[in-house]
Amino acid sequence: MHELGITQNIVAIVTECAEGRKVQRVLLEIGKLSAIMPDAVRFCFDVISQNTVLEAAKLEIIETNGIAKCLRCENEFSVDKPFGKCSCGSNEINLIAGEELKIKEIEIEEICV
Amino acid sequence: MCVTCGCSDDNSGVRISNLEDTHTHTLPDGTTITHTHTHSHPLDNGNSTTNIKASELQDLELKNLELENSEGNSKIYPKIHSKIHGTTLSIEENILSKNNLRAVQNKEWFTQKNIFALNLMSSPGSGKTTLLAKTINDLKNQLVINVIEGDQETINDAQKIRETGCSVVQINTGTGCHLDAEMIEKGLQELNPPVNSVVMIENVGNLVCPALFDLGETCKVVILSVTEGDDKPIKYPHIFRNSDVMVITKIDLLPYVNFDIERCIEYAQQVNPDIQIFQVSVVNESGLKSWYEWLKDKII
Repeated sequence: MHELGITQNIVAIVTECAEGRKVQRVLLEIGKLSAIMPDAVRFCFDVISQNTVLEAAKLEIIETNGIAKCLRCENEFSVDKPFGKCSCGSNEINLIAGEELKIKEIEIEEICV
Repeated sequence: MCVTCGCSDDNSGVRISNLEDTHTHTLPDGTTITHTHTHSHPLDNGNSTTNIKASELQDLELKNLELENSEGNSKIYPKIHSKIHGTTLSIEENILSKNNLRAVQNKEWFTQKNIFALNLMSSPGSGKTTLLAKTINDLKNQLVINVIEGDQETINDAQKIRETGCSVVQINTGTGCHLDAEMIEKGLQELNPPVNSVVMIENVGNLVCPALFDLGETCKVVILSVTEGDDKPIKYPHIFRNSDVMVITKIDLLPYVNFDIERCIEYAQQVNPDIQIFQVSVVNESGLKSWYEWLKDKII
């Protein structure tokens, strides 16, 4: 349900950056451990972008896999949830990838002379 | 010249077509722009020497731009390109950056006033408000505690807290499923808590969304009652991972429910090895003392 608020943020930030120009494409990076469902964002995007400069924009989402780093042995390993156990037995880990929640780039309609 | 980045094209000759010409510029402010030029200019028989300034061109209809030659009616095309194309702006902005910025401001505000601010999060019905009211009543002679209540609707919880005599502000989020930093900023303006005090923020009952939204609190507390499943920490790992403290409530009911408290603690530590854990019952008052001592230590 928080995807609605998240998508409102996306539309607000992109609208600001576009400075009134039409947006053709929005590229997001959403980590698989970020607790955000890309499909829910897509659904909300269609609704919230209506009557804004993003109305016709194509939404692209990069989903980043989760990677943890063990604080004890510094081993890096894949995780599909925001916790996990290293092969050394420690569960003290840092998540080094997978929590991204970013607008990476936007493509705006531009008059090039 | 491109009106966005100032890039110039070669004006020495007519370009017949230029598809998918991608180039990248770094502007003086460090912004990187990558864009594509997708232009297709019909051949103009070598006669087009017309130069049009960018400012003039913007006033013209750009689609199907056709200019008349002063010497006749034959159509010529400007040799400079003039098309609508896509410009890619690299943004790399965190979607929650606005909330995070406000949260930092709230945090600074709390630090300056030496206010210990707790963000209490749980599913609905875990006993947050009951624990809060009990804590305020028992510590009212030792600590100044004020409350920000978050619920979708009603001022019922605020009224319950108000009965303890402390100041309380109710935030109703309507359809919103969590409090955010801006709501807290506004709530604090209303509440105006004194220096050296405690602010308890009771978040909307929800184990998912509040984990994402930093409020600027000093400490995140997740509350779990024994009438819920003991595997909640691994079912909702985000909130348990992001919390500093877990309070297990209603432990007087342990003999009557199928809740393995050791297993629950094990799960919580699996998700968050550093989490501090309290086990309390407001009914028989067990465990409250250590919770109170911990709170008092944070202020004095």
